[in-house]
Amino acid sequence: MSGKIIWALAQKELRDALHNRWFLLYTLAFIGLALALSYMSLAGAGIAGFAGFGRTAASLINLVLLIIPLMALTIGAQSLAHEQEQGTLAYLLAQPVMRVEVFVGKYLGLALSLLASLGLGFGIAGVVLALANGAGSPAAYVSLVLRTFLLSLTMLSVGFLISAFTKRAGVAIGIGLFLWLAFVFLGDLGLMGTAITLHLPVEQLLWLSLLNPLQVFKMAAILDINATLDLLGPAGIYAMQEYGAQLRGVFLALTAAWIVAPALAAYVRFHLRGDL
Amino acid sequence: MIEFTDLTKRYGKFTAVDHLTLHVPAQGAVALWGVNGAGKTTVIKCLLGLLRFDGRITVDGCDVQRQGRAARQRIGYVPQELAFYKEMTTYDMAEFYARLKGTSAERIEPVLEQVGLAEHQGKPVGALSGGMKQRLALGLALLADPPVLVMDEPTSNLDTAARSQLLQLLVQVKQAGKTIIFTSHRIEEIESLADEVAVMERGRLQFRCPAAELAPRLGLRTQVKFILPGHQLDQALAILHSDGLAARRNGVGVIVEVAPGEKARPIHTLRRADIEVSDFEVE
Repeated sequence: MSGKIIWALAQKELRDALHNRWFLLYTLAFIGLALALSYMSLAGAGIAGFAGFGRTAASLINLVLLIIPLMALTIGAQSLAHEQEQGTLAYLLAQPVMRVEVFVGKYLGLALSLLASLGLGFGIAGVVLALANGAGSPAAYVSLVLRTFLLSLTMLSVGFLISAFTKRAGVAIGIGLFLWLAFVFLGDLGLMGTAITLHLPVEQLLWLSLLNPLQVFKMAAILDINATLDLLGPAGIYAMQEYGAQLRGVFLALTAAWIVAPALAAYVRFHLRGDL
Repeated sequence: MIEFTDLTKRYGKFTAVDHLTLHVPAQGAVALWGVNGAGKTTVIKCLLGLLRFDGRITVDGCDVQRQGRAARQRIGYVPQELAFYKEMTTYDMAEFYARLKGTSAERIEPVLEQVGLAEHQGKPVGALSGGMKQRLALGLALLADPPVLVMDEPTSNLDTAARSQLLQLLVQVKQAGKTIIFTSHRIEEIESLADEVAVMERGRLQFRCPAAELAPRLGLRTQVKFILPGHQLDQALAILHSDGLAARRNGVGVIVEVAPGEKARPIHTLRRADIEVSDFEVE
């Protein structure tokens, strides 16, 4: 595997992201909403709950849960499918490159693009908070940025998996949107419905919810800010009692699994594909 | 230089290429000829490692399936229609592919000069004409100065002027000693570029022959349209028929079907009868 080739491909992806209208739109929307939330958090500081960075971090969790999966899923879903549809993928693979280099280069480039976009959104909101003398915990804010980046990687991997199985960018984006709905809304509602209908014990409820990477992110982010999961009700209280200090490790392991497993499956499919 | 041994490619029950064995000698130029669906493009895709297949292909001793990178390092590829990243400039595109090929950026300007695109290196690729894009494709293929050039219908989407310009460049490349394998359905392209033709039908190699023998063997005819003075059209038809040529009237001229190497014969026949040919067009 050649690092030079991977970096050349990653740089091209970064450059393409700058020309991708969807990518720019998501970034601008994220920056705008992050700023709005920072402002509102500051305005409400002192009434109750978190203050400054900590309070903004709490507000941003819900924003992140909505926008970042949508952004990463659709960007990932387009990656290979768009190039195949355009015919550029076959031409690229006709060069002295290996498929693993193309895959890793594209993944790295898109991951860096997402990091840049998140850095910009969180960075601007962070500067606004610092200038407005936001008190509280900058550490919670930084940890939210890192967790958000990891969340974006989980969704990017799922997006790549979609892309590896589809030939048309439109179809890939459609599947991406459906999965986004499933992760964001159906996951929550479905879980609630299942728990009520089947009278699930709290342990099973916890593990079912941990199957959704968005829930893992939410729990981990709340734990960072609040140091407890009591806010989440019985499942949260059970998690704290049962796993306590190990929870952070569990969350990290689950996130890592959601990053690696879909990406690996996507690569295997891409490597074996012969219809380019 | 290139060896196809028992190459077979199946899509389910359909066999696209059926036990093809073919040798392309170093500095030789072999054309793959056949109707659509004969399996020509599949052979090229297998050679480039884009498809999995049974059998074996080697390029300069490198196995395409086991040593894919090494094999492709020896190949420059010109597709039928280059799918470009349209927003990149010509130079940036060349630089990107030079990096993938591990070639110095110093090669870019001489290559763009060679294919006549030096003045257009700052233009976005999307703004280039079809002919320029194909010349850029040739330039990209030549960046690393590979010994082998692989082309899939390189001129099929070009107009006459652009086709002739690209063909001239390809002849120069051939004279520089490249080994060439290409697919084509244009007889003039085959006659000016190929040494030998491999005729394919339904995935099978039917026969091989020197390029000059393809047209007579397949009974291929070229249509030439001659523009003649209106009052001499009937006389011209009679004279052409008497000389054994298949001719018919068409508007202000006549259309004559000739073997590819005999395009000037009707002109001589008409001149002997003092009939002035004001213009002609090969169709």
